[in-house]
Amino acid sequence: MTTDTAQRRKERIDRGIKVRSDGIYALLSWRELAYLSVPRLVLILGILALPLLMPGMYWQRVISIVCIYAFLAMSFDFLAHYVGLVSLGGAFFVGTGGYIAALLNTTFGLPPLVTIPAALILGAAVCTLLLIPCLPLRGVYFAIVTLMYPLFMARLIEALDIFGGTDGILGIDSFTNPWVEQYFVVVMVLVLLFGLRRLVNTDLGLVLRAVKDNDQAVRASGMNVTRYKALAVFIAAGMGCLSGACLVHTYMWAGISQFALDFSVLPIAATVIGGSGTLVGPVLGCLILVPASELLRDFGTLRIVFYSLILVTFIVFRSEGLMVYGQRKYHQFQRWTEI
Amino acid sequence: MEILVYGTINSVALALYALGFALVYGTSRLPNFAHGALYVLSGFIAWSALNTLGLPYLASILLTLIVTAIIGAIIYQFVLIRVRGMEISEIIATYAIALAILEGLRWGGFKGMTYTLPAFIEGSTSIAGVSVDYQRLLVVIIGAAMVACLWLFTHHTRIGLALRGMAQDERAALMLGIDSDMMALVAMALGSSLAAFAAVLLMPLGNIVVESGYNVLILAISVCIVGGLGSWAGAVLAAFLIGFAQILTAVYLGSHYQMVVALLAIILTLIIKPSGLFGQQKELEERV
Amino acid sequence: MTTEPILQVENVTKTFGGIIALNRVSFEVHEGEILGVIGPNGSGKTTIVNCITGFIKATSGHVRFRGKNITGKAPHKIADMGVARTFQIMRPYYSLPAYKNLVIPLFSPRARRTGGWRGGGRLGDRNTVGIDILEEIGFERDSYVPYKMTSTLPTGYLKRLELARCLALKPELILCDEVFSGLSMSEIASMVPLIERIQMDGITLIMIEHRLRELFQVATRVMVLNFGEKIMEGSPDEVMADARVREAYFGSEEVQEVMDHA
Repeated sequence: MTTDTAQRRKERIDRGIKVRSDGIYALLSWRELAYLSVPRLVLILGILALPLLMPGMYWQRVISIVCIYAFLAMSFDFLAHYVGLVSLGGAFFVGTGGYIAALLNTTFGLPPLVTIPAALILGAAVCTLLLIPCLPLRGVYFAIVTLMYPLFMARLIEALDIFGGTDGILGIDSFTNPWVEQYFVVVMVLVLLFGLRRLVNTDLGLVLRAVKDNDQAVRASGMNVTRYKALAVFIAAGMGCLSGACLVHTYMWAGISQFALDFSVLPIAATVIGGSGTLVGPVLGCLILVPASELLRDFGTLRIVFYSLILVTFIVFRSEGLMVYGQRKYHQFQRWTEI
Repeated sequence: MEILVYGTINSVALALYALGFALVYGTSRLPNFAHGALYVLSGFIAWSALNTLGLPYLASILLTLIVTAIIGAIIYQFVLIRVRGMEISEIIATYAIALAILEGLRWGGFKGMTYTLPAFIEGSTSIAGVSVDYQRLLVVIIGAAMVACLWLFTHHTRIGLALRGMAQDERAALMLGIDSDMMALVAMALGSSLAAFAAVLLMPLGNIVVESGYNVLILAISVCIVGGLGSWAGAVLAAFLIGFAQILTAVYLGSHYQMVVALLAIILTLIIKPSGLFGQQKELEERV
Repeated sequence: MTTEPILQVENVTKTFGGIIALNRVSFEVHEGEILGVIGPNGSGKTTIVNCITGFIKATSGHVRFRGKNITGKAPHKIADMGVARTFQIMRPYYSLPAYKNLVIPLFSPRARRTGGWRGGGRLGDRNTVGIDILEEIGFERDSYVPYKMTSTLPTGYLKRLELARCLALKPELILCDEVFSGLSMSEIASMVPLIERIQMDGITLIMIEHRLRELFQVATRVMVLNFGEKIMEGSPDEVMADARVREAYFGSEEVQEVMDHA
């Protein structure tokens, strides 16, 4: 056996399409067409069918929560791996979006379909404005400061006793129809997913990625780095606020716990497990983690321990994540060859 | 006068929180987000050594310091060593460890008023009309001594000098025969036991609360950012600035605002002098 | 020259802590010339580039570009006015293919106004324009080189890429920080005509260099720095003949060698 392995080596062969340049494919057969489109179709149809496949109200609700976390996870992935800003404060976006939607709904009586877009845009603007002083920061420093923002907001609401103080805001309208609720979030996941994937490959997206690679060079090219970072934060914050607003209307309640750690940690864990920098990975990660954490609901805070440990394990042993691993296996196959 | 006395005590406490974090980040560039968690954990270790094992107080303190140092070393050896240099992974990994420890403790039922450590010395005295208990006085004295010891350690011992060498330029240190992984391990163990040290010193002043893990982390980081890493003087000065600012806000505005002060301090520092109070050019480049 | 200089540096001083990196350095650059800046390691060459382009703030003194004071302006604003620079330690976007590196400068407001190096005020498709610029700077168009990941390119191409990124802005002044260093003799030989072509295009250059022979071929004027102070300034011949320069910098044999070849 030992002599045998010495004579052989593993070979990786691309399974890909033969003629291809820069995202333009020359498809030569149905097989190649299928090779390209089947994964995407499976993803789209799979996500669209999910609510129908769920056995009852409870699990349908879980799917909504999965989607809501998926917005956040995609926003984290986008910001961390395409702009280079690691934000540990996803809860800041959720809370801001949630409170804005709740206030619009309770004070002005606007329906969810108005408050959600409004919260998205207003919330993104508010978050971006508040984060602007921190934008020149890099790496660890940005992470630290964003970690503090949600705590800061929670303390502020507590201290000033505004927006219902520690009790939160009650009596928020829910969606008129559970199916509307379900499909609104499900479709939004798909729209945002494909939208972001397109965005990062446009010229603007390239500039953002360049900021991550090397901000000094971008500056030397006559571009205001802070402005592009602000734009990226605006996009990410918008997605975070969207999830906050949806959450508020799903639970019919807004409170300080929307600034809690869960919303900062679970998206990060989902991103790492699903595959950093893929944008699909975070959605996949949420699909795994959120139901798992629902199943573990009885264990209380042990859930957080559980996904923290998974997170550490993944980051140490499989830092590429499931999605990248899967993609590699799909695009290449391995075999032993004689030397 | 009250403000002066309590401000000093609070500042020394902040400096104690920050020392361990600053040591680890300053030497090995590892942002140890688990610092606050280790602080709380060591509090519980000391409590169990005292009450469950029934050890004498001094022995349980020593045990706590050693055990926490070992935990720090284990975290480094099994997790951090594999992600060093990858900034995003470092942050996420240490943060996840912090969460695992803190939420694990919370789940384990370590919450509420029942967990306290006894003071070293009971009783109180009065300084210029303000009554201060001996424990707080002790905190100030030992804290000051600790800062001095660390300064001596980093400036006059072989390991200390090696750590500083690594802080300045890791590759150059490697070429001079300093085992950077070993040194980072030492730094992490030392930093952890400093967290434990702060815990046994400060926790007798209140209860052992899981939430304080997050607060300690944030305060430690604030002090480090405001002070400028790699500068002891800066860190101590920043501890005093934030410490007094907190006491002042607590007196005039209410204690809810204490945490707000830390964040405002960070943001103001970053806007006005991004390299921190005593930061150098090298650091500025790293931050912005 | 009777025209107003394109760049005026007046008494620029920069200190890092107690170390004086630049001490009251003044000089002028005129339209269309190539100013060489030489000096031993640590003489403040890169610092002066950083001060001019706004990457670090001068402690005192002024920098004027086309008569306008640009001291202390943000780097991107200075670049937008037409002052481009390369980095001594190359800073390409490693995660992108080579030609996509040019999409970034072409996205900038200045490139949109000017249309890129050869563009007449209108910017076409950024990928195409980028590949055109790369071809002119020495990337073979029909090879796979422009499409390769930047992280796999050898130094020679990376240096060209740095220059290409400057050219994409259609700048009026380029500050080259050691574009020849780390290259082989033949690579440098092929870079020299490129520099000349850029000059013919009406772009003024400041070149910081260690490779004196090649620099003296192209430079119209040379300035010598030592310990943050300007020792002298003059034509390449004058500089080589100057005793202070020899003493401070060259070591006599090398001067001899350079003079033989120049």
